[in-house]
Amino acid sequence: MPTRIDTVDIDRLAHTSVGDCYQCGKCSAGCPMAEHMDLLPNQLIRLVQLGRIDRAMRSQSIWKCVSCMTCSTRCPKSVDCAAVMDALRQLAVARGVAAEDRIRTVLFQRAFLDNIRRNGRLCEVELIGVFKTKAFLADRNIPLLMKDALLAPQLMKRKKFHLRGERVQDRGIVERIFQKCEPAMAASPSAVPSANGSHHT
Amino acid sequence: MDIGYYPGCALHGSSNDYGSSVRACLAALGVGLRELDDWICCGATAAHSLNHMLALALPARNLAIAQRDGLGELLAPCPMCSMELLKARAALASSAEYRKKVSEIVDLDVQATTEVLNLIQVLQRVGLEKIKEKMVRPLTEFRPACYYGCLLTRPPKTLEFDDCEQPTSMESILRELGAEPVEWNLKTECCGAGMTMADEDTVLELSHKILGNAGEHGANCMVVACPMCHVNLDMKQPDVDRRYGCRHELVVYYLSDLVGLALGLDESTLGIDRHFVTKH
Repeated sequence: MPTRIDTVDIDRLAHTSVGDCYQCGKCSAGCPMAEHMDLLPNQLIRLVQLGRIDRAMRSQSIWKCVSCMTCSTRCPKSVDCAAVMDALRQLAVARGVAAEDRIRTVLFQRAFLDNIRRNGRLCEVELIGVFKTKAFLADRNIPLLMKDALLAPQLMKRKKFHLRGERVQDRGIVERIFQKCEPAMAASPSAVPSANGSHHT
Repeated sequence: MDIGYYPGCALHGSSNDYGSSVRACLAALGVGLRELDDWICCGATAAHSLNHMLALALPARNLAIAQRDGLGELLAPCPMCSMELLKARAALASSAEYRKKVSEIVDLDVQATTEVLNLIQVLQRVGLEKIKEKMVRPLTEFRPACYYGCLLTRPPKTLEFDDCEQPTSMESILRELGAEPVEWNLKTECCGAGMTMADEDTVLELSHKILGNAGEHGANCMVVACPMCHVNLDMKQPDVDRRYGCRHELVVYYLSDLVGLALGLDESTLGIDRHFVTKH
């Protein structure tokens, strides 16, 4: 059994202090995806404050979030709501509890990182192929499988379609970076400096 | 003026029109671009959604290469790349212990010395006066809605660029070149960014709102400085029209397209003929 995740773990992963939130709702008011969410951003923050991380991790909202940063930018208490979303996504994937109806987003992001790991740079055709195959195996949705097929000739006409993507020369270093970063995966939230330059303790 | 250049995956892939545009426009202004040697992907949304350490290490490797090769300034025309580079830079600036740890991960010494610039900042460095001096064709027929999206100005603490709620830097440049940018409401709303493949419904809905608001305020074209904004507003525009039963008919230019046109460059040099929505 994985250890229980608590409020402090989210604080540490997101380099923020969710306890500062006083529920003004400004994050949800400005969120472009709010109307499609099962739980609003301020409600997710409240769940995290209460230590109900499990409920928050299973929410569809964290996969509806488009990481536009409006919530974090407008928060009067400087709670980094977008980073909390990232933390919840990382934990949900690491623990295999991501909301099932949002599985396509998870599969896409995983396929994206696998692609970078192999090539060092994104190979779009390979990414689309792998993602479409995995998503189809997960939901057997034929219209979604076929939907972008017509885009290929359109992109070709505009010289935007490259069957073989670019690869970096030194793929060894890319693989080593991935290997060294693996222990930092969200299974055990570890202290890493935040993007705004301050250490959270 | 010579600066380092981090094109990122999009500009070498399906957004190669933006790559052509940036190169041609800056060359015409006398800015030489030195492409970063063997650069790697910044990790984008996937890395920061799935692995925090990786999201800092991938861009840090690129900063390390820039530092090794003596590039003090690095242009990243994709705002996703430039934000990831800036987040890594801020994290590196936070402690010597962390710089040591990351240097070990990326196999190169990395400090927080390289300056990361977006396209607008490079144009500002060239200077409005100089751009205007080189203008051969005023942009009088253009009434653009300047669209900044998310990552050009957010998060403001990391980016320190323009006003995060009411940015005006693109308007200032285009007005100087004779265009008449419109006032409108959704300059900094999100278009759905990297969700194009994974969650198309979201992208169509958000792009429809943005294109609709721009049109209602009298815009006859859009201007962006982001490859993902361009994909969602240009490539997806025919899908938006089909889904919502409308015809937006808004050509979506990159900022470097319009500046390039004012400098006398032609549409195919700038890659404008590779857009999906073209002038009727």
